[in-house]
Amino acid sequence: MKRKIVVTLLVFICFLLQSTVFHALAFGNIVPNLMIVLTASFGFMRGEKSGLLIGFFSGFFIDIFFGEVLGFYALLYMYIGYTNGKFNRIFYPEDIKLPMVLITVSDLFYGIICYILLFLMRAKFNIGYYFVHIILPEIVYTTFITIFLYPVILKINQRLESSEQRSAKKFV
Amino acid sequence: MSPIVKRKGEKFTLPSKYLLFILTIICAGAIILTFNTNIFSGALNTAVGYAIIPFEKGISSVGGWLSNRSEELVQIRSLLSENESLKAKIDDLTMENTILQQERYELSTLRELYQLDSQYEGYEKVGARIIAKDTGNWFHSFVIDKGEEDGIAIDMNVIAGGGLVGRIADVGPNWSKVTSIIADNSNVSGKVLATSDYLVVSGDLELYGSGVIKFEKLVDSAGKVVEGDKIVTSNISPKYLPNILIGYISSLEVDANNITKSGQLTPAVDFEHLEEVLVIRQLKQSMEE
Repeated sequence: MKRKIVVTLLVFICFLLQSTVFHALAFGNIVPNLMIVLTASFGFMRGEKSGLLIGFFSGFFIDIFFGEVLGFYALLYMYIGYTNGKFNRIFYPEDIKLPMVLITVSDLFYGIICYILLFLMRAKFNIGYYFVHIILPEIVYTTFITIFLYPVILKINQRLESSEQRSAKKFV
Repeated sequence: MSPIVKRKGEKFTLPSKYLLFILTIICAGAIILTFNTNIFSGALNTAVGYAIIPFEKGISSVGGWLSNRSEELVQIRSLLSENESLKAKIDDLTMENTILQQERYELSTLRELYQLDSQYEGYEKVGARIIAKDTGNWFHSFVIDKGEEDGIAIDMNVIAGGGLVGRIADVGPNWSKVTSIIADNSNVSGKVLATSDYLVVSGDLELYGSGVIKFEKLVDSAGKVVEGDKIVTSNISPKYLPNILIGYISSLEVDANNITKSGQLTPAVDFEHLEEVLVIRQLKQSMEE
Protein backbone atom coordinates (compact mmCIF):
# COMPACT_ATOMS: atom_id res chain seq x y z
CA MET A 1 0.00 0.00 0.00
CA LYS A 2 2.79 2.37 1.02
CA ARG A 3 4.64 1.48 -2.15
CA LYS A 4 1.61 2.25 -4.31
CA ILE A 5 1.21 5.71 -2.79
CA VAL A 6 4.90 6.54 -3.09
CA VAL A 7 5.13 5.34 -6.69
CA THR A 8 1.99 7.23 -7.70
CA LEU A 9 3.47 10.36 -6.18
CA LEU A 10 6.72 9.78 -8.08
CA VAL A 11 4.88 9.51 -11.40
CA PHE A 12 2.95 12.70 -10.56
CA ILE A 13 6.07 14.62 -9.61
CA CYS A 14 8.03 13.52 -12.67
CA PHE A 15 5.16 14.46 -14.97
CA LEU A 16 4.74 17.85 -13.31
CA LEU A 17 8.46 18.60 -13.39
CA GLN A 18 8.80 17.59 -16.99
CA SER A 19 5.87 19.68 -18.20
CA THR A 20 6.70 22.80 -16.19
CA VAL A 21 10.08 23.28 -14.58
CA PHE A 22 12.20 21.46 -17.13
CA HIS A 23 10.91 23.65 -19.95
CA ALA A 24 12.64 26.52 -18.17
CA LEU A 25 15.84 24.45 -18.01
CA ALA A 26 15.66 23.28 -21.62
CA PHE A 27 18.84 23.45 -23.69
CA GLY A 28 18.05 24.38 -27.26
CA ASN A 29 14.37 23.56 -26.75
CA ILE A 30 15.13 19.98 -25.73
CA VAL A 31 13.70 18.67 -22.46
CA PRO A 32 14.98 15.51 -20.77
CA ASN A 33 12.67 12.53 -20.51
CA LEU A 34 12.12 11.94 -16.79
CA MET A 35 9.28 9.49 -17.35
CA ILE A 36 11.64 7.15 -19.23
CA VAL A 37 14.13 7.31 -16.35
CA LEU A 38 11.38 6.47 -13.85
CA THR A 39 9.83 3.69 -15.94
CA ALA A 40 13.13 2.04 -16.83
CA SER A 41 14.51 2.29 -13.26
CA PHE A 42 11.49 0.62 -11.71
CA GLY A 43 11.61 -1.94 -14.51
CA PHE A 44 15.08 -3.20 -13.72
CA MET A 45 14.86 -2.58 -9.96
CA ARG A 46 11.56 -4.34 -9.36
CA GLY A 47 10.90 -6.54 -12.37
CA GLU A 48 8.60 -6.75 -15.35
CA LYS A 49 5.30 -6.11 -13.62
CA SER A 50 6.37 -2.93 -11.84
CA GLY A 51 7.98 -1.65 -15.03
CA LEU A 52 5.00 -2.24 -17.22
CA LEU A 53 2.49 -0.78 -14.75
CA ILE A 54 4.51 2.38 -14.10
CA GLY A 55 5.18 2.72 -17.81
CA PHE A 56 1.50 2.34 -18.55
CA PHE A 57 0.44 5.05 -16.11
CA SER A 58 3.26 7.44 -17.05
CA GLY A 59 2.35 7.08 -20.70
CA PHE A 60 -1.33 7.45 -19.91
CA PHE A 61 -0.78 10.87 -18.32
CA ILE A 62 1.09 12.03 -21.41
CA ASP A 63 -1.70 10.67 -23.60
CA ILE A 64 -4.40 12.56 -21.75
CA PHE A 65 -2.60 15.88 -21.84
CA PHE A 66 -0.53 15.87 -24.97
CA GLY A 67 -1.42 12.81 -27.05
CA GLU A 68 -3.32 12.83 -30.29
CA VAL A 69 -4.89 9.47 -29.46
CA LEU A 70 -5.35 7.80 -26.12
CA GLY A 71 -3.07 4.82 -25.54
CA PHE A 72 -0.12 5.46 -27.84
CA TYR A 73 2.39 6.65 -25.27
CA ALA A 74 0.91 4.27 -22.69
CA LEU A 75 1.69 1.35 -24.98
CA LEU A 76 5.18 2.61 -25.77
CA TYR A 77 6.18 3.28 -22.15
CA MET A 78 4.62 0.00 -21.03
CA TYR A 79 6.80 -2.04 -23.39
CA ILE A 80 9.87 -0.06 -22.35
CA GLY A 81 9.11 -0.83 -18.69
CA TYR A 82 8.46 -4.49 -19.40
CA THR A 83 11.63 -4.94 -21.43
CA ASN A 84 13.69 -3.27 -18.70
CA GLY A 85 12.11 -5.69 -16.23
CA LYS A 86 13.82 -8.53 -18.09
CA PHE A 87 17.13 -7.19 -16.82
CA ASN A 88 16.06 -7.46 -13.20
CA ARG A 89 18.06 -10.71 -12.87
CA ILE A 90 21.41 -9.09 -13.62
CA PHE A 91 20.71 -5.89 -11.68
CA TYR A 92 22.76 -5.00 -8.60
CA PRO A 93 22.11 -1.75 -6.72
CA GLU A 94 25.85 -1.03 -6.45
CA ASP A 95 26.34 -1.07 -10.20
CA ILE A 96 25.64 2.22 -12.02
CA LYS A 97 26.74 1.04 -15.48
CA LEU A 98 23.76 -1.20 -16.26
CA PRO A 99 21.13 1.43 -15.32
CA MET A 100 22.86 4.08 -17.38
CA VAL A 101 23.09 1.83 -20.42
CA LEU A 102 19.50 0.63 -20.06
CA ILE A 103 18.08 4.14 -19.68
CA THR A 104 20.10 5.39 -22.65
CA VAL A 105 18.94 2.51 -24.83
CA SER A 106 15.34 3.00 -23.64
CA ASP A 107 15.40 6.66 -24.62
CA LEU A 108 16.96 5.79 -27.98
CA PHE A 109 14.22 3.23 -28.56
CA TYR A 110 11.58 5.78 -27.54
CA GLY A 111 12.98 8.37 -29.93
CA ILE A 112 13.22 5.99 -32.86
CA ILE A 113 9.70 4.63 -32.36
CA CYS A 114 8.33 8.17 -32.06
CA TYR A 115 10.09 9.12 -35.28
CA ILE A 116 8.88 6.07 -37.19
CA LEU A 117 5.26 6.17 -36.05
CA LEU A 118 4.68 9.92 -35.82
CA PHE A 119 6.93 11.34 -38.52
CA LEU A 120 7.99 8.68 -41.02
CA MET A 121 4.34 7.72 -41.43
CA ARG A 122 3.64 11.30 -42.51
CA ALA A 123 6.35 11.09 -45.19
CA LYS A 124 9.01 13.02 -43.26
CA PHE A 125 12.06 11.12 -44.46
CA ASN A 126 14.88 13.27 -43.18
CA ILE A 127 15.91 10.87 -40.39
CA GLY A 128 19.38 12.39 -40.15
CA TYR A 129 18.00 15.74 -39.10
CA TYR A 130 15.62 14.30 -36.53
CA PHE A 131 18.30 12.03 -35.11
CA VAL A 132 20.87 14.78 -34.70
CA HIS A 133 18.49 17.54 -33.56
CA ILE A 134 15.88 15.73 -31.47
CA ILE A 135 16.73 12.15 -30.54
CA LEU A 136 20.44 12.56 -29.76
CA PRO A 137 20.17 15.75 -27.65
CA GLU A 138 17.31 14.19 -25.69
CA ILE A 139 19.39 11.09 -24.97
CA VAL A 140 22.39 13.13 -23.85
CA TYR A 141 20.28 15.36 -21.60
CA THR A 142 18.31 12.43 -20.19
CA THR A 143 21.50 10.51 -19.41
CA PHE A 144 22.88 13.60 -17.70
CA ILE A 145 19.73 13.94 -15.57
CA THR A 146 19.88 10.21 -14.78
CA ILE A 147 23.13 10.77 -12.88
CA PHE A 148 21.16 12.86 -10.37
CA LEU A 149 17.72 11.30 -10.55
CA TYR A 150 18.62 7.62 -10.52
CA PRO A 151 20.31 7.60 -7.08
CA VAL A 152 17.19 9.29 -5.65
CA ILE A 153 14.89 6.66 -7.16
CA LEU A 154 17.22 3.89 -5.97
CA LYS A 155 17.24 5.30 -2.43
CA ILE A 156 13.44 5.56 -2.36
CA ASN A 157 13.13 1.97 -3.57
CA GLN A 158 15.60 0.70 -0.96
CA ARG A 159 13.71 2.55 1.79
CA LEU A 160 10.45 0.98 0.61
CA GLU A 161 11.98 -2.49 0.43
CA SER A 162 13.44 -2.32 3.92
CA SER A 163 10.15 -1.08 5.38
CA GLU A 164 8.31 -3.88 3.59
CA GLN A 165 10.71 -6.44 5.05
CA ARG A 166 10.19 -5.04 8.53
CA SER A 167 6.42 -5.25 8.29
CA ALA A 168 6.67 -8.78 6.84
CA LYS A 169 8.77 -9.86 9.82
CA LYS A 170 6.10 -8.71 12.23
CA PHE A 171 3.80 -11.46 11.05
CA VAL A 172 6.36 -14.26 11.40
CA MET B 1 -2.31 -30.60 -7.99
CA SER B 2 -2.95 -28.53 -11.07
CA PRO B 3 -1.22 -25.12 -10.98
CA ILE B 4 -4.44 -23.37 -11.96
CA VAL B 5 -6.33 -24.46 -8.86
CA LYS B 6 -5.83 -21.90 -6.15
CA ARG B 7 -4.48 -23.24 -2.93
CA LYS B 8 -6.01 -22.00 0.26
CA GLY B 9 -4.44 -18.83 1.63
CA GLU B 10 -2.37 -18.23 -1.46
CA LYS B 11 -2.73 -14.76 -2.93
CA PHE B 12 -3.70 -14.74 -6.57
CA THR B 13 -1.28 -12.82 -8.76
CA LEU B 14 -1.47 -12.31 -12.47
CA PRO B 15 1.78 -13.20 -14.29
CA SER B 16 3.30 -10.13 -15.89
CA LYS B 17 3.15 -11.42 -19.43
CA TYR B 18 -0.62 -11.82 -19.22
CA LEU B 19 -0.93 -8.35 -17.71
CA LEU B 20 1.17 -7.00 -20.59
CA PHE B 21 -1.07 -8.78 -23.06
CA ILE B 22 -4.28 -7.45 -21.49
CA LEU B 23 -3.00 -3.87 -21.25
CA THR B 24 -1.73 -4.04 -24.84
CA ILE B 25 -5.21 -4.97 -26.00
CA ILE B 26 -6.73 -2.19 -23.89
CA CYS B 27 -4.28 0.36 -25.32
CA ALA B 28 -4.82 -0.81 -28.89
CA GLY B 29 -8.57 -0.60 -28.36
CA ALA B 30 -8.26 2.89 -26.90
CA ILE B 31 -6.09 4.03 -29.82
CA ILE B 32 -8.62 2.77 -32.35
CA LEU B 33 -11.56 4.24 -30.43
CA THR B 34 -10.00 7.65 -29.88
CA PHE B 35 -8.55 7.94 -33.38
CA ASN B 36 -11.77 9.45 -34.68
CA THR B 37 -13.94 9.97 -31.63
CA ASN B 38 -13.37 11.46 -28.21
CA ILE B 39 -15.56 9.28 -26.04
CA PHE B 40 -13.20 8.99 -23.08
CA SER B 41 -12.01 12.57 -23.02
CA GLY B 42 -14.94 13.93 -20.97
CA ALA B 43 -14.48 11.83 -17.86
CA LEU B 44 -10.68 11.59 -18.05
CA ASN B 45 -10.20 15.29 -18.68
CA THR B 46 -12.34 16.07 -15.65
CA ALA B 47 -10.43 13.62 -13.46
CA VAL B 48 -6.96 14.86 -14.35
CA GLY B 49 -8.26 18.42 -14.28
CA TYR B 50 -8.72 18.13 -10.55
CA ALA B 51 -5.69 15.92 -9.86
CA ILE B 52 -2.95 17.67 -11.81
CA ILE B 53 -3.99 21.15 -12.93
CA PRO B 54 -3.88 22.73 -9.43
CA PHE B 55 -0.24 21.64 -9.07
CA GLU B 56 0.67 22.87 -12.52
CA LYS B 57 -1.00 26.19 -11.79
CA GLY B 58 0.93 26.43 -8.53
CA ILE B 59 4.28 25.57 -10.04
CA SER B 60 3.85 27.94 -12.97
CA SER B 61 2.65 30.78 -10.77
CA VAL B 62 5.61 30.29 -8.44
CA GLY B 63 7.85 30.13 -11.50
CA GLY B 64 6.25 33.26 -12.86
CA TRP B 65 6.66 35.02 -9.53
CA LEU B 66 10.33 34.04 -9.31
CA SER B 67 11.10 35.10 -12.85
CA ASN B 68 9.28 38.39 -12.25
CA ARG B 69 11.33 39.09 -9.11
CA SER B 70 14.59 38.32 -10.86
CA GLU B 71 13.56 40.55 -13.72
CA GLU B 72 12.85 43.38 -11.33
CA LEU B 73 16.30 43.06 -9.86
CA VAL B 74 17.83 43.57 -13.25
CA GLN B 75 15.51 46.25 -14.51
CA ILE B 76 14.05 49.28 -12.82
CA ARG B 77 10.36 48.99 -12.05
CA SER B 78 9.30 52.00 -14.04
CA LEU B 79 11.24 50.87 -17.05
CA LEU B 80 9.48 47.54 -16.89
CA SER B 81 6.00 49.00 -16.81
CA GLU B 82 6.81 51.48 -19.52
CA ASN B 83 8.19 48.72 -21.67
CA GLU B 84 5.07 46.69 -21.10
CA SER B 85 2.71 49.51 -22.01
CA LEU B 86 4.74 50.23 -25.12
CA LYS B 87 4.64 46.59 -26.09
CA ALA B 88 0.90 46.55 -25.63
CA LYS B 89 0.73 49.61 -27.83
CA ILE B 90 2.78 47.88 -30.51
CA ASP B 91 0.44 44.92 -30.35
CA ASP B 92 -2.56 47.20 -30.65
CA LEU B 93 -1.01 49.06 -33.54
CA THR B 94 -0.06 45.84 -35.34
CA MET B 95 -3.60 44.66 -34.92
CA GLU B 96 -4.99 47.99 -36.05
CA ASN B 97 -2.62 48.10 -38.99
CA THR B 98 -3.71 44.66 -40.17
CA ILE B 99 -7.32 45.66 -39.86
CA LEU B 100 -6.77 48.95 -41.69
CA GLN B 101 -4.95 47.25 -44.54
CA GLN B 102 -7.70 44.70 -44.77
CA GLU B 103 -10.32 47.41 -44.82
CA ARG B 104 -8.55 49.46 -47.48
CA TYR B 105 -8.24 46.42 -49.66
CA GLU B 106 -11.88 45.63 -49.23
CA LEU B 107 -12.96 49.15 -50.06
CA SER B 108 -10.80 49.31 -53.14
CA THR B 109 -12.20 46.09 -54.54
CA LEU B 110 -15.75 47.04 -53.54
CA ARG B 111 -16.55 43.60 -52.32
CA GLU B 112 -19.70 44.51 -50.52
CA LEU B 113 -21.45 41.29 -51.40
CA TYR B 114 -20.33 39.73 -48.18
CA GLN B 115 -19.84 41.91 -45.20
CA LEU B 116 -16.67 41.29 -43.23
CA ASP B 117 -17.90 42.80 -40.03
CA SER B 118 -16.00 40.25 -38.03
CA GLN B 119 -12.68 41.90 -37.36
CA TYR B 120 -11.09 40.12 -34.51
CA GLU B 121 -11.03 43.26 -32.47
CA GLY B 122 -14.75 42.82 -31.88
CA TYR B 123 -14.57 39.19 -30.77
CA GLU B 124 -15.11 38.29 -27.18
CA LYS B 125 -11.77 37.14 -25.79
CA VAL B 126 -10.62 35.53 -22.58
CA GLY B 127 -7.08 35.70 -21.27
CA ALA B 128 -5.29 32.55 -20.12
CA ARG B 129 -1.90 31.60 -18.75
CA ILE B 130 0.26 28.77 -20.08
CA ILE B 131 0.82 26.31 -17.25
CA ALA B 132 2.44 23.30 -18.91
CA LYS B 133 4.19 22.38 -22.13
CA ASP B 134 4.50 19.16 -24.09
CA THR B 135 6.62 16.59 -22.24
CA GLY B 136 8.21 15.32 -25.43
CA ASN B 137 10.37 17.07 -27.97
CA TRP B 138 8.42 16.12 -31.09
CA PHE B 139 5.39 18.40 -30.95
CA HIS B 140 4.68 21.80 -29.46
CA SER B 141 1.33 21.80 -27.74
CA PHE B 142 0.71 23.37 -24.35
CA VAL B 143 -1.87 23.50 -21.58
CA ILE B 144 -3.61 26.71 -20.46
CA ASP B 145 -5.42 27.35 -17.19
CA LYS B 146 -8.89 28.03 -18.58
CA GLY B 147 -11.40 25.40 -19.64
CA GLU B 148 -15.04 24.56 -20.10
CA GLU B 149 -15.98 26.50 -16.97
CA ASP B 150 -14.72 29.68 -18.63
CA GLY B 151 -16.69 29.01 -21.77
CA ILE B 152 -13.87 27.52 -23.83
CA ALA B 153 -14.70 24.86 -26.42
CA ILE B 154 -12.70 22.76 -28.88
CA ASP B 155 -11.55 24.59 -32.04
CA MET B 156 -11.63 28.07 -30.56
CA ASN B 157 -8.78 30.20 -31.88
CA VAL B 158 -5.89 31.27 -29.67
CA ILE B 159 -4.00 34.50 -30.30
CA ALA B 160 -1.24 36.43 -28.57
CA GLY B 161 0.30 39.79 -29.30
CA GLY B 162 -1.84 40.35 -32.36
CA GLY B 163 -0.94 37.08 -34.06
CA LEU B 164 -2.29 33.57 -34.34
CA VAL B 165 -0.97 31.01 -31.84
CA GLY B 166 -3.13 28.00 -32.61
CA ARG B 167 -6.41 26.46 -31.62
CA ILE B 168 -7.94 24.54 -28.74
CA ALA B 169 -7.55 20.80 -29.31
CA ASP B 170 -8.95 19.40 -26.06
CA VAL B 171 -10.78 20.82 -23.05
CA GLY B 172 -11.21 19.81 -19.43
CA PRO B 173 -13.21 21.65 -16.77
CA ASN B 174 -10.36 23.97 -15.81
CA TRP B 175 -7.71 23.39 -18.47
CA SER B 176 -7.41 23.10 -22.21
CA LYS B 177 -4.78 21.93 -24.63
CA VAL B 178 -3.64 24.23 -27.40
CA THR B 179 -2.09 22.95 -30.62
CA SER B 180 0.21 25.67 -31.90
CA ILE B 181 0.61 26.51 -35.57
CA ILE B 182 4.34 25.79 -35.36
CA ALA B 183 3.74 22.15 -34.34
CA ASP B 184 4.71 19.64 -36.99
CA ASN B 185 1.20 18.20 -37.22
CA SER B 186 -0.61 21.47 -37.78
CA ASN B 187 -1.86 22.99 -41.02
CA VAL B 188 -3.61 26.33 -41.41
CA SER B 189 -5.33 27.67 -44.47
CA GLY B 190 -4.12 31.22 -45.03
CA LYS B 191 -4.02 33.94 -47.62
CA VAL B 192 -1.71 36.75 -48.63
CA LEU B 193 -3.33 39.94 -47.41
CA ALA B 194 -2.26 42.10 -50.35
CA THR B 195 -3.37 39.82 -53.17
CA SER B 196 -5.88 37.46 -51.54
CA ASP B 197 -4.01 34.42 -52.84
CA TYR B 198 -4.64 31.30 -50.80
CA LEU B 199 -1.91 29.13 -49.35
CA VAL B 200 -1.38 26.44 -46.72
CA VAL B 201 0.76 27.20 -43.68
CA SER B 202 2.19 24.15 -41.94
CA GLY B 203 4.45 23.75 -38.94
CA ASP B 204 7.74 21.96 -39.48
CA LEU B 205 10.01 20.52 -36.81
CA GLU B 206 13.02 20.81 -39.14
CA LEU B 207 12.55 24.58 -39.36
CA TYR B 208 11.72 25.03 -35.67
CA GLY B 209 15.26 25.96 -34.70
CA SER B 210 15.43 28.81 -37.21
CA GLY B 211 12.19 30.38 -35.94
CA VAL B 212 10.23 30.11 -39.17
CA ILE B 213 7.43 27.91 -40.49
CA LYS B 214 6.75 26.89 -44.05
CA PHE B 215 3.92 27.54 -46.46
CA GLU B 216 3.01 25.77 -49.66
CA LYS B 217 0.50 25.64 -52.48
CA LEU B 218 0.52 29.37 -53.10
CA VAL B 219 -0.99 30.00 -56.55
CA ASP B 220 0.34 33.37 -57.56
CA SER B 221 -0.06 33.55 -61.32
CA ALA B 222 0.28 37.33 -61.39
CA GLY B 223 3.60 37.11 -59.55
CA LYS B 224 2.69 39.93 -57.22
CA VAL B 225 3.49 38.26 -53.91
CA VAL B 226 6.82 39.43 -52.52
CA GLU B 227 8.88 38.77 -49.42
CA GLY B 228 7.59 40.69 -46.42
CA ASP B 229 3.93 40.33 -47.38
CA LYS B 230 1.49 39.73 -44.55
CA ILE B 231 -0.18 36.34 -44.31
CA VAL B 232 -3.54 36.13 -42.51
CA THR B 233 -5.96 33.27 -41.93
CA SER B 234 -8.27 32.73 -44.87
CA ASN B 235 -12.03 32.84 -44.95
CA ILE B 236 -12.24 29.30 -46.35
CA SER B 237 -10.64 27.70 -43.29
CA PRO B 238 -13.20 25.56 -41.43
CA LYS B 239 -11.66 26.22 -38.00
CA TYR B 240 -9.79 29.49 -38.03
CA LEU B 241 -11.60 32.83 -38.03
CA PRO B 242 -10.70 34.99 -41.03
CA ASN B 243 -8.09 37.75 -41.08
CA ILE B 244 -6.01 36.86 -38.06
CA LEU B 245 -2.37 37.72 -38.67
CA ILE B 246 -0.15 34.64 -39.00
CA GLY B 247 3.16 36.17 -40.05
CA TYR B 248 5.30 37.67 -42.77
CA ILE B 249 6.81 35.93 -45.80
CA SER B 250 10.56 35.60 -45.31
CA SER B 251 11.46 33.58 -48.38
CA LEU B 252 9.62 32.57 -51.50
CA GLU B 253 10.40 30.21 -54.36
CA VAL B 254 8.64 28.59 -57.29
CA ASP B 255 7.92 24.90 -56.93
CA ALA B 256 9.17 22.25 -59.34
CA ASN B 257 5.73 22.10 -60.94
CA ASN B 258 6.07 25.76 -62.02
CA ILE B 259 2.50 26.50 -60.92
CA THR B 260 2.58 26.89 -57.17
CA LYS B 261 5.01 28.64 -54.91
CA SER B 262 6.24 27.72 -51.47
CA GLY B 263 8.56 29.20 -48.91
CA GLN B 264 8.95 30.23 -45.31
CA LEU B 265 7.26 32.78 -43.12
CA THR B 266 8.17 34.36 -39.82
CA PRO B 267 5.32 34.02 -37.31
CA ALA B 268 3.97 37.21 -35.76
CA VAL B 269 4.01 35.56 -32.32
CA ASP B 270 7.16 34.98 -30.30
CA PHE B 271 6.54 31.32 -29.42
CA GLU B 272 9.76 31.04 -27.45
CA HIS B 273 8.62 33.45 -24.74
CA LEU B 274 4.91 32.88 -24.77
CA GLU B 275 3.36 33.10 -21.30
CA GLU B 276 -0.13 34.47 -21.71
CA VAL B 277 -2.56 34.00 -24.57
CA LEU B 278 -6.02 35.18 -25.55
CA VAL B 279 -8.73 32.72 -26.51
CA ILE B 280 -11.36 34.04 -28.92
CA ARG B 281 -14.71 32.77 -27.71
CA GLN B 282 -16.21 32.71 -31.16
CA LEU B 283 -16.31 29.54 -33.21
CA LYS B 284 -16.05 29.67 -36.97
CA GLN B 285 -18.92 27.27 -37.43
CA SER B 286 -21.36 29.39 -35.43
CA MET B 287 -20.41 32.64 -37.12
CA GLU B 288 -22.96 32.51 -39.92
CA GLU B 289 -26.02 33.30 -37.89
